[in-house]
Amino acid sequence: MEKILIPLMDNDVAPRFDLATDVLIVTIPRESSRRESLEEKVVVLDHASAESICRLAISENVNTVICAGIEGKYHDFLVWKGTKVIDDVCGPVDAVLDAYHDKRLVPGTYIY
Amino acid sequence: MPTLDPTQLAALLPDTDSLSAMLDELPLGVAVMDAAGILLLVNKTYETLTGVDRNRVLGLQCLHSLRCDYCMGDCPVMTGWKKLGAVGVEANLVSRERSKIQVRLTVAPLLDEEGSLRGAVETITSRTTHTLNSVATGVFELGDLVGRSPQIEKIFAMVPSIAQTDSSVLITGETGTGKDLLAEEIHNASARSDGPFVKVNCGALPDTLLESELFGHTKGAFTGADQNKPGRFRMAHGGTLFLTEIGDLPLALQVKLLSFLDDKVVYPLGSSKGFHTDVRVVVATHRDLEAMVRQKLFRQDLLYRLNVIRLHLPPLRERGGDIPLLQDHFLKKLQTRFGKKVEGFSDNAKTLLKAYPYPGNVRELRNLIEYAVNFCDGKLILTRHLPGYLLHPADPPQPAELEPTAWPDASGQSGAPADTPGRADALPRTPMAPSATWTDMERAIILDALRRAGGRKSQAAELLGWGRSTLWRKMKHHDLG
Repeated sequence: MEKILIPLMDNDVAPRFDLATDVLIVTIPRESSRRESLEEKVVVLDHASAESICRLAISENVNTVICAGIEGKYHDFLVWKGTKVIDDVCGPVDAVLDAYHDKRLVPGTYIY
Repeated sequence: MPTLDPTQLAALLPDTDSLSAMLDELPLGVAVMDAAGILLLVNKTYETLTGVDRNRVLGLQCLHSLRCDYCMGDCPVMTGWKKLGAVGVEANLVSRERSKIQVRLTVAPLLDEEGSLRGAVETITSRTTHTLNSVATGVFELGDLVGRSPQIEKIFAMVPSIAQTDSSVLITGETGTGKDLLAEEIHNASARSDGPFVKVNCGALPDTLLESELFGHTKGAFTGADQNKPGRFRMAHGGTLFLTEIGDLPLALQVKLLSFLDDKVVYPLGSSKGFHTDVRVVVATHRDLEAMVRQKLFRQDLLYRLNVIRLHLPPLRERGGDIPLLQDHFLKKLQTRFGKKVEGFSDNAKTLLKAYPYPGNVRELRNLIEYAVNFCDGKLILTRHLPGYLLHPADPPQPAELEPTAWPDASGQSGAPADTPGRADALPRTPMAPSATWTDMERAIILDALRRAGGRKSQAAELLGWGRSTLWRKMKHHDLG
């Protein structure tokens, strides 16, 4: 099972990690490689906070964080905690997840 | 009075390339977008501040490129214009280098002849503070630099005229004397103050990384170079590049810096194409560059190019009256920061602070006061609140690595520092035992001063910075009559 966290702004990856109040957590069952079998949940934070998203990522045992702009200290914290961070990503979440699923998603991917 | 003819103006800018080239020369970031916020044009400074590559962000919605807090809040481009006028706000953005940068952001609508909205133009400038003032008490302040000694006053008086030129500046002085602050104040007082102030410590990175950091690299220039990097020289376009610890710059890079100072063109690693950048270079070092030239560690021709204007910051022990002034200045700042109501120093603490040689200069004095304010539990800082090593300094003042007395003064003339009467060297030459009390210390200070003054009490009092009656009273107290 793999968990992915994406800060959201409507249906897009939020431009700023620290300013997102909605966070999407996607769970991919290990045995399935099909995109349709993903489990998704959206967590709504009471206020935007990079610390809260980092805490959420750790408590939910997230493996990969996909985001756009993230400050170095939060990026380094997540990496230090063993979470993979793919940052500087822009685009609609579905397209981004498709790219991730197809192993095309790297830092600096803009999908529009 | 001549009036603007739009056709003439349009003729000057026949295509977007000419407009883009013109905008690239501006020291502030500019983005032009359509009414929906889709980016149509960004300039070089915008690329530098945000770290984006313009070819990748054109066509994106502005907020995905700028990543500014205002974009995700009340930006009229996203929420609709309530009133068609320019809006200016203090904001922050997260750059592609993952740094949060404070900026001044202005968004203005672009209207057609009928007054309908056609798009918007956005400008961003890095937020800097500008302080250059002289307070009525005769204390001179230049940003965070404070002083009233003649040497410092002379430097403060020179800064405004130095700031107005574009010549290279070389700042010398021992560690902790405020070279970085002075460089920043020169930038703030200059016409480039709206542009970036970029600082690079030449001693902090290995040679290979330093070259890429300073001059940038192209994608694929070396293993791991997965994207273009503009480099600090290009990031400082329209502003000032401050190279600190220039004495640690490797010889290979000295050649490259020399070439830049000659033609103002930067060649990134792996690229044959040069980029013109408009950057003022300010450098600083605590080393004696002339001695390094003699030892073949520093290029003589580079020294000549950098040494257009030279400022030397004197060590604190040569600034006499500035020590009590700086004590009070730091006390005031730190008591606010730590929320403590410390009113001042006891006489003994003052004497001790005045007598200390400060090998770490102003930075060390500031740290001493911070230590004392932290440990002070009353209204006055006593000797017991000061670090123990003040009572028995292990070493005499550590001068700069290479012959500090050979540094020229602010006027560019060499010479040994003059011995200032009453300056802070009243500590006894004989090391005291760690268990020595203040009484022992004071007695030793008096005896030492009397010995140095050849027994003349008035001269000893002057050396100690005391009045004759104070010395007489203290001699009686210690039974030295």
